Amino acid sequence: MRKLFAIVLVCALIAGVGVGCKAKVGVVNLGGIFPMTGASATFGTSSKNGVAMAVEEFNTAGGAMVGGVKTTINYINEDDTGLPEVGASAAQKLINQDKVIGIIGAVMSKVSLAVAPIAQAAGVPEISPTSTNAKVTLVGDYIFRACFIDPFQGTVMANYVYNTLGLKTAAVLYDNGNDYNKGLAEYFKAGFEKLGGKVVDYEAFTDEAKTVDYKPQLTKIKAANPEFLYLPNYYGSVALILKQARGMGLNVPAGGGDGWDSPDLVKIGGTAVEGGIFSNHFSKDDKSPAVQQFVTKYTTKYGEAPDALAALAYDAAGLFLDAFKKSGSIKGSDIRDAMKNTSFVGIGGAYKFDENRDPIKSAVIIKIVNGQQTYLATVNP
Amino acid sequence: MGQFLQQLINGIQIGSIYALIALGYTMVYGIVRLINFAHADIFMFGAYMGFFLAPVMTKIFGGAFIPTIIAAMLITGLLGFVMEKLAYRPLRYKSRLSALITALGVSIFLENFCALPFVFGPAYRAFPDLIVAGNLPISASLGLTIPYVLLLDVGVSVFLMVLLFWFVNKTLIGKQMRAVAFDKPTASLMGINIDVVISTAFIVGPALAGAGGILYGTTYGMLGSPFLGIWPGLKAFIAAVLGGIGNIPGAVLGAYVMGISEAFATSVNSNLGYGIAFVILIGILLIRPSGLLGKFMPEKV
Repeated sequence: MRKLFAIVLVCALIAGVGVGCKAKVGVVNLGGIFPMTGASATFGTSSKNGVAMAVEEFNTAGGAMVGGVKTTINYINEDDTGLPEVGASAAQKLINQDKVIGIIGAVMSKVSLAVAPIAQAAGVPEISPTSTNAKVTLVGDYIFRACFIDPFQGTVMANYVYNTLGLKTAAVLYDNGNDYNKGLAEYFKAGFEKLGGKVVDYEAFTDEAKTVDYKPQLTKIKAANPEFLYLPNYYGSVALILKQARGMGLNVPAGGGDGWDSPDLVKIGGTAVEGGIFSNHFSKDDKSPAVQQFVTKYTTKYGEAPDALAALAYDAAGLFLDAFKKSGSIKGSDIRDAMKNTSFVGIGGAYKFDENRDPIKSAVIIKIVNGQQTYLATVNP
Repeated sequence: MGQFLQQLINGIQIGSIYALIALGYTMVYGIVRLINFAHADIFMFGAYMGFFLAPVMTKIFGGAFIPTIIAAMLITGLLGFVMEKLAYRPLRYKSRLSALITALGVSIFLENFCALPFVFGPAYRAFPDLIVAGNLPISASLGLTIPYVLLLDVGVSVFLMVLLFWFVNKTLIGKQMRAVAFDKPTASLMGINIDVVISTAFIVGPALAGAGGILYGTTYGMLGSPFLGIWPGLKAFIAAVLGGIGNIPGAVLGAYVMGISEAFATSVNSNLGYGIAFVILIGILLIRPSGLLGKFMPEKV
């Protein structure tokens, strides 16, 4: 019996050495944290697709050289279900169990704010593709993002509504359970009032997962008689709010931020969301060659046109992988330094980080015409 | 004045949905003394059944609302029957706490099972229009309108409440139900088949939740996710407690009080809306601990 055991052990050792010798190619893990289920599931699917495409291209192109060993990326995607606490435990799992070299995510600011302190403490670089709340990157020097921040987005919309559309009064209805919605609402209000406009009603609701009836707030807004309705919320509640607003005869133009960017907005809202305008990071109708090339590649791979979530996730992953390749190291601090000094050119243009690790880049304004997202304008910072 | 009345109308609309869920909570509690937490998920299930059945029903019958609501009630009734048989019956003579934990388990199972991509999936769904959209103008000078869907909500919930009241008070099985609710061992000694009575309660209660699900879908035109039952369910449960749990008209009254106070509280300060509604509830329960229409019954030792 003992002899048999010894033989098995020796065989196993030989086999192990054999595998070890063959492994000239190293593999390291890269983590992703996105809402794959829950109210914002389309955000997660798009983001995961974007990251997966960037990783695949990186591996096909040969990966990176780490200490003379060719190293490719194994991508591990985790579901945060749109909840900060689930995102935090996903981050713990990725860092402690999977030993990831970096994290791409999360989508929602409230989840990123829960993930960032964990990544920062562990010294693992994190780049969020789409969390626009200003506080996210202030958590620490390992936290980056690939999108513009809420002050810019709220201000852009205030400018566009006041100057281009010429509307002087507005009402705001926002989700007070989410940092993203609150941030946009505050900066829109501040920007709009600074220009001389008047915010005639400023209303909140509690968490889009809990609220389906917005008529008490809309009744009040209707009585205040605004010329414009600013809804800095995610697509599901925007569709519901506009349906109820149009149903009660509140027919003023409406607008919001990048949370509107989902095919479901029109699917649920129907004619109620027609004519709505929102600020976004990317439009697939943008004629620049980088955008058009990405749209073609993505559409061939996934069978549907990419939205901004997919584009930003692709850029965020691309930016991280570029830094990883340049640093030639799997150490968090080396990759972080390479990211800080990046000159990565993605589909959203050239990326340069400011001192808060926020990129300096432009926004697009999109209008919903006949149920389709139509590109209106590009606004520079 | 116009705004005040419009908020009252808004509150009544919210309340009618709570009412149909609250009826099921109260009925099951009245008979088996079990808070069926899965009730809110049966409500969700009914709403999704409406989503899938409405196109089929439109094809067969032309109009969709009445056949859809009846079909959804039958399916959720069946679901309630199966749920009782599998999950609650084996625990009937065990500690009441075990049944409560099981109810939570059934609730979590239904939510997450339905959220699987090949069941209902987590994504938003647009609920088909079952009735004509629009408003009934009441007073042009006050800007007051009543949405058609509100008339439907109130009509259906009051009709079902009256039907349930008649069923419990006038039919033989209803009388047996009340006997079982009053004293289970004695009722069984008098020749009442307790299994049949409890099964009936678990068919009728969920069927009402199914109707509530259809009204929810028709009113809001959207199904958020299979977790959509949690909040209306929680509020309906509180409404049932507020009205006096176990009391059928009490559940409906509690639901309307809940809906109306929510609408007014939100209109006063939308940031505190939910909170104010709950404060009102705590206030009422401090004055009447057994609920608005409940009778105070000390625990017999």
